Amino acid sequence: MKIILGNSHPQSLFAQRIEALSRQKLFACYQCGKCSSGCPMAESMDLLPNRVIREAQLNNEPALMSCRAVWFCSSCFACAVRCPKGIDIARIMEAVRTLQMMDGKSITEKPSCEDNGTLPQIALISHFRKFNM
Amino acid sequence: MTRLGVFICHCGKNIARTVDTEALREKAATLPHVVLAKDYLYLCSKPGQTMIADDIREHHLDRVLVAACSPRLHGKTFAQTAQRAGLNPYLLDMANIREQCSWVHIDGAEGTEKAFSIIKGGLGRLLYAEPLEPFQSPVTKRVLVIGGGIAGIQAALDIANSGYEVYLVEKLPSLGGHMAQLGETFPTLDCSSCILTPKMVEVSQNEHVHLLSYSEVTGIEGNIGQFQVTVRLRPRYVDETLCTGCGDCVPTCPVVVPNEFDQGLGARKAVYLPFPQAVPAVYTIDWDACLNTDKLIICENCYKNCEAGAINFLMEPQEKMFEVGAVVLATGYELMPVAHIGEYGGDGYEDVIDGLQFERMLSASGPTGGVVRRPSDGRIPQNVVFVQCSGSRDPEHGIPYCSKVCCMYTAKHALLYKHAVPDGQAYVFYIDIRAAGKGHEEFVQKVMSEERILYLRGKVSKIFKSGAKLVVWGADTLSGRQVEIEADLVVLAMAVIPSSGSQKLARTLHIASDLSGFFSEAHPKLRPLESNTDGIFLAGAAQFAKDITDTVSQATGAAGKALSLLANDFIKLEPTISGVEEGLCRGCGLCVSICPFGAVKMLPSTRTGAMVAGINPILCKGCGLCAAGCLSGAITLKGSSFKQIFAQLEEMV
Repeated sequence: MKIILGNSHPQSLFAQRIEALSRQKLFACYQCGKCSSGCPMAESMDLLPNRVIREAQLNNEPALMSCRAVWFCSSCFACAVRCPKGIDIARIMEAVRTLQMMDGKSITEKPSCEDNGTLPQIALISHFRKFNM
Repeated sequence: MTRLGVFICHCGKNIARTVDTEALREKAATLPHVVLAKDYLYLCSKPGQTMIADDIREHHLDRVLVAACSPRLHGKTFAQTAQRAGLNPYLLDMANIREQCSWVHIDGAEGTEKAFSIIKGGLGRLLYAEPLEPFQSPVTKRVLVIGGGIAGIQAALDIANSGYEVYLVEKLPSLGGHMAQLGETFPTLDCSSCILTPKMVEVSQNEHVHLLSYSEVTGIEGNIGQFQVTVRLRPRYVDETLCTGCGDCVPTCPVVVPNEFDQGLGARKAVYLPFPQAVPAVYTIDWDACLNTDKLIICENCYKNCEAGAINFLMEPQEKMFEVGAVVLATGYELMPVAHIGEYGGDGYEDVIDGLQFERMLSASGPTGGVVRRPSDGRIPQNVVFVQCSGSRDPEHGIPYCSKVCCMYTAKHALLYKHAVPDGQAYVFYIDIRAAGKGHEEFVQKVMSEERILYLRGKVSKIFKSGAKLVVWGADTLSGRQVEIEADLVVLAMAVIPSSGSQKLARTLHIASDLSGFFSEAHPKLRPLESNTDGIFLAGAAQFAKDITDTVSQATGAAGKALSLLANDFIKLEPTISGVEEGLCRGCGLCVSICPFGAVKMLPSTRTGAMVAGINPILCKGCGLCAAGCLSGAITLKGSSFKQIFAQLEEMV
């Protein structure tokens, strides 16, 4: 999908909503990828965490509104702790989840009962948060 | 009777591990003329050197061979040892049994055998060595600085403030160079002309500085310590001594042409001052633009309005000749023309400009008074695209190197644009961000996060017009997507290339330049301020693209180099240079064309009057090319004569 920018395409409306919800500076991210390299859930994500931020910088609303990666984020905060620019990526993930839910677009598949035994505790807690919205 | 001494070094285990030094010593002792052979752990150590010196005196040695490392490493050390012992240093030679033997052999027997043949060769060579004496050449205590940008100004100031005379030659009507064109400088956003102008004034008022503006160096003869310089002063058609800088000549001048200082964005008259702070503050008539010619005067408007009577249509070019001891080259850079990149419009779009044009727009004294406007319609652009690496890092179509300053000035441009047009949007296309200077990375990151500038990682493939807009096709490789931007203005960070005319100057000065045309330094790491010709030093972007900070550092360094040369009344020169046997020379002149340093000239023989080769001992570097090329064997490289080389070969094979 081509990104169109310029006069008739205000660049930052969607990005600004994410910034307002997460209270994080999107444009502080210089795309080093440290968040993605250490994310325990990265393998299951359709967009790596740094790509989620990149799409937000690019104001790519369609990509983020259909992105499943944010639902795999277990809010373990490994990315936030390690980010060299002090960005709390988990909060950005949460902002995108919120925007998707406000749009009535929750696309989560609940984990099957067999998975429950192996899910890490923190994932269970974050899922609890997600499924109770 | 020749009395040879051979000293064999173990170099710790460097040599002794592979070469049997004891066996070598025993064999060397049996060679003809050898009266003494010794081996020692470290000959370069103080006790080692003392041993050699003592033995020279005690055993009356008249020639000494030190079998050790490369003479590049310790040639000087042992030459001094010989001198201390009263032996002419050119009668001590070195046989390299380390780099060329022990380091490259594993087998001890083979290594020892080879070391022995190297020693035999060295002794053969030594038998025909002749004592030589270094000679001296006087130093003229004056410096020529070519180029009046920040590099030339800084070098001239440093030299003049040390009390030496400086000739500062600038091609254009005013000092200042590109720095005078800049709006604000990264990363501190200092006003460029505010920090430069005082230096321009200072250098022009310094009693030791002879400022020659609107002038070009047309010839340099001679060598380190004594360069004879010819400078051509172009006619200004305005008498420098009479012009008061009032500007009364300008309003009635009927000719309007683009102003080079504003990179063509603004206009000037045929009689003009390039910019208000110009130094010297003297007007110049652009004779190519003026209605008058050498043969016909048809407009006298400026002449009539000049109360000082400074206008002189009959002014002629002048030549000025003087001698200097050292030269500092500070001829700077220019930007690759936008026309070079066809896919970006090839200079066909008014609203596609280069970085220096954008600087002029940002400058308060620029053609738009510091307001960012589209050149085509004067509107304030709402979407501005900056394209880094325009021509740089493109070995196929542009230049292969990184232009080094673009990442920083583009970030600065984006920031200043956002400050000027807060509701506008700036986009920066880049391939890598190279912000390695002090405070540079912090600056770029601040621009990205605080100014919310969207950096897109990719090279722009095409720019084309769509109505009043420009469409920019690029990509963002971070997201793997194509990007299309409808822009009002595009600023290309064009590649930094050597200033035009630098190649001509390189030929005039007999100095080397690299494949890209920048002047070559004598050593990329350890002699970055010196050209490969002694006495000619390099400063600023003429050597390679660099920012103001690095330019000033290098200029001060080059000035220091020139000053340390000027601190001597004489310079000592190596005697290992070429000499001509006039009787054998047939005057073919082949050597003149072979010599890379311009050291050989055809001169009438003092005895017969016939034209024979003559070597300038100061220019000669002792490379031996002329000696090898001479068809009649008339040229000898002292210290490496044919007799010596053949004797060495004979002993070795």
